[in-house]
Amino acid sequence: MMTPSEIVELLKQHDAASVVSAVADGPYPHVVLKPEKLVAAAGFLKTEPRLQFDLLRCISAIDWPARNIVEVAYDLISTSFGHAFAVKVELDRADPQVESVGGIWPAAQWHEREAFDLMGVMFLHHPDLRRILMPEDWPGHPLRKDYQDVVEYGGLKFNP
Amino acid sequence: MYTYERPKVEYKGLSLTIVRLATKWGAIGIPLLLRFAWGVFFAAVVAVVAFVWIVGRFINPLLPWFIRDVVVVVGLLAFVCIVAIIGIWGERKVSGRIQSRLGPMRTGHWHGWAQSLADGLKFVQKEDLIPRDADQPLFRLAPYVALVPAFCAYLALPFGVGWVFRSADVSLLFVLAMLAIEVLGVIMAGWASNSKWSLYGAMREGCQLVSYEIPMGLSLLAAVVATGSVNLIELGEVQSGGWFSWLIFQNPFLFLAFFTYYIASLASCKRSPFDLPEGESELVAGFHTEYSGFRFVMFFFAEYVAMFAVSALATIIFLGGWHSPIGGPSSPLWFVLKSTFLVWVQMWVRWTLPRIRIDQVMHACVKYLLPFTLLLFLGSSLWQLYDNPAHPAFKTFAHLLHYGLGCVGLLLLGLYFTGMGYGYYNRNRLVGQMARKHLPGA
Amino acid sequence: MKEIELQCQPDLLYDGEIPSDVRTEELMLNMGPQHPSTHGVLRVVLQTDGELVLKATPYIGYLHRCAEKIAEKVTYRQFTPYTDRLDYLAAMNNNLGFALAVEKLGGIEVPPRADYLRVIFAELNRIGSHLMATGSYGLDMGAFTPLVYCFREREWIMDLFESASGARLTYSYITIGGVREDLPDGWVQRCREFLDYFEPKITEYNNLLSYNHIFINRTGNVGVCPADLAVAYGGTGPCLRGSGLAWDLRKATPYCRYNEFDFDIPVGRGQNGAVGDCWDRYFVRILEMVQSVRIVRQALDKLTDGPVQTKVPRIVKLPAGEVYYEVENPRGQLGFHLVSDGGTSAYRLKIRGPSFCNLSVLPVLAPNCLLADISALLGSIDIVMGEVDR
Repeated sequence: MMTPSEIVELLKQHDAASVVSAVADGPYPHVVLKPEKLVAAAGFLKTEPRLQFDLLRCISAIDWPARNIVEVAYDLISTSFGHAFAVKVELDRADPQVESVGGIWPAAQWHEREAFDLMGVMFLHHPDLRRILMPEDWPGHPLRKDYQDVVEYGGLKFNP
Repeated sequence: MYTYERPKVEYKGLSLTIVRLATKWGAIGIPLLLRFAWGVFFAAVVAVVAFVWIVGRFINPLLPWFIRDVVVVVGLLAFVCIVAIIGIWGERKVSGRIQSRLGPMRTGHWHGWAQSLADGLKFVQKEDLIPRDADQPLFRLAPYVALVPAFCAYLALPFGVGWVFRSADVSLLFVLAMLAIEVLGVIMAGWASNSKWSLYGAMREGCQLVSYEIPMGLSLLAAVVATGSVNLIELGEVQSGGWFSWLIFQNPFLFLAFFTYYIASLASCKRSPFDLPEGESELVAGFHTEYSGFRFVMFFFAEYVAMFAVSALATIIFLGGWHSPIGGPSSPLWFVLKSTFLVWVQMWVRWTLPRIRIDQVMHACVKYLLPFTLLLFLGSSLWQLYDNPAHPAFKTFAHLLHYGLGCVGLLLLGLYFTGMGYGYYNRNRLVGQMARKHLPGA
Repeated sequence: MKEIELQCQPDLLYDGEIPSDVRTEELMLNMGPQHPSTHGVLRVVLQTDGELVLKATPYIGYLHRCAEKIAEKVTYRQFTPYTDRLDYLAAMNNNLGFALAVEKLGGIEVPPRADYLRVIFAELNRIGSHLMATGSYGLDMGAFTPLVYCFREREWIMDLFESASGARLTYSYITIGGVREDLPDGWVQRCREFLDYFEPKITEYNNLLSYNHIFINRTGNVGVCPADLAVAYGGTGPCLRGSGLAWDLRKATPYCRYNEFDFDIPVGRGQNGAVGDCWDRYFVRILEMVQSVRIVRQALDKLTDGPVQTKVPRIVKLPAGEVYYEVENPRGQLGFHLVSDGGTSAYRLKIRGPSFCNLSVLPVLAPNCLLADISALLGSIDIVMGEVDR
């Protein structure tokens, strides 16, 4: 079982250029990675024998209009060791795109569909990127902070 | 957008008069009937029994045969309807008690005996819904093809010596044939419903019914070989003389044949554990999903009518038919009692066991039940070959086994009553304190 | 709004070989949102060749109630009833997860009596949830009676919950800072009576359903999910433990004083088929009920006196920051990713429902099953659409 600072050290040893920032203490230890280095780092996190983050728990997309970014957080845990960690990427809010990690953790497929559906993040090379919770022809991405409530859908009008 | 146009039903002339009269007098009459339902029911039962008795005793030798035919058929119809109604009510009460609840308790004031009548009235007044894309002629025809043959099986089914519509020399084959026609109605219903889920139910039913007719027939043939006749009355008469003369105890092959027949008959009646065609959890209601109102009632009735018919067949052939086990006079009441017992066991099995998957059903039939029943048939034939005075040693051995099996049967009966008594005596502890406190009359 | 082009179209058609010498057609079957055995509004589009399922595609979203968007509008305390409705069969556990997440971010300490009460109620709710799962699984398999027996037991649990919290299904009893109210008089005694009554009943269910040959034939060797597949698809809870991996958050990252209790983690051992089949997942739930009874007994013994709530302001304000907290629900790991910007409501609350991830493994397990096995699969994965769709 490794502490968060040790995990951050290991990551930095593997590829220091990919790490933008790291928070090792506090309630949510995480690193922020560069989006283009995400898949390589994810592969390392899963296969490194001292880390073995095999369970991808959650992918959360967070909209920060004030900072003009969309954050995507990947929460990981290791069923062999029990240590937990998180990885974040910060994407441009106008056109959020990042490579899909579905090849490493197949659990990501549905989580990324949900992030696409509700936040509008495009996951490149995802085998089946379409809406999962909202209807297929729903306009907009509901969890964005500037989302306008839909007034009419399919002939039905909503009373606000 | 598709809008539903409700078909306009207009009554004209005589139909209008009838509808008006029925509505006017029904509003008074039906509550009145239900208020005195207890008395009316008793009176109806007494009337039917008296009617049948009078027919049998007085009218039979006097009137020409066709009037006798009409009267007996009407009596049989009444009997079949009563069987279905009591069967449905009994199923609900039995299932309730097994599941630690009560079943119907309110309609009719005594354990909800009038529930089936109330349900019948409800179904009769329902809207006649037929899916727009369903195959109209087949959809309408299917319930009749399911119900009428099941009723026709009763035409050759003897309730006692002289208590049969037509005594035929091939009555066993006739009954089996009639029960097998039902599968046609089921497949028609599933196909005509224009629904993939109903089609699944129909296809499964087709496989299952057809394949389980064979072990059913073979088990019965084992008994036919023992008596040398396919006439049901003769098969029944062979077993006069009390418990030990019943065909089920005659040789071990017949003993096992009874159980294989029973299992195969569960499959042919689509009863659990073989109720995949109407698998309620997967196919909503299988082949009769799209049926509502009176058409559905016909399928429902057909099921209970067939249940009683196969139990009646088992009673006549294996369990002594209308003869009393304790050596008194034989009467149709013993026949009805034994058949009812077998129907109750069918219900008991239904509410205990899960459902078997269709490939396992076919697997069990073709790989296990069919070869086994062939062996039973072979064994029974060989038994008849050797069980005669030309082989005295075998005869004594057969005699011993005969009475041994009779004692085994007595033991099973004793176990049954002991189990029931134990359950009743300990129902407080078994059902649970909390449930007992909340169930009045449990 | 920029037009976003989809990169690929959903692939619904099976493009493999179907060997046969008779001309057959495949059937596209819709196990629609309304279906007796999909456990809620789940739509599965099946492509079948007769009874053989070639491809299964689940469609979810029919119960989407925008819980995460609502969390950005209401205060933290006001959101607790919404957590009840996520996995409505295990409402206490949902409340617990949310309360723990908020307390971790806010640095709120909970008195010991509240911790033990939380454990008692969470474990009782686990028993209730597993009873429901077991009963409805029996119903899916055609055994009507175990369902009613399980509901009979659940009535007792619901009576206990009703006397403590006032509700039978959605309690909002475990709140931020502790539990809402203390127990009424005689509650502990009644709880012990229930536990004494319930333990022999598990043997009864085993005799009636678990060891029934027909049930074993229906569920053994069906839908075999190896442990690495389950982990790869994010499966947790009995779906993962049924595949042989002893992973339970109550032991791995203990919360709420679970490290003070003595209990085992049941795993599937492949007693009636391969490890990780439907029977294993089902039987893990039965064994977990036994363990929950053990935990509740220990918690009742450890129950101390004292307050059941710390003083927390009526409108809770959390410092800026984020936390991801997971608890072990009856169906798996329920996670709350709570991002706060210092205000009275969450800036972003992402809820990771265990059934969401467990269900994603269905398209992988479904091919080469028979149609009747799809019900067995869905019942053994044990989904509640409330937390799949939120």
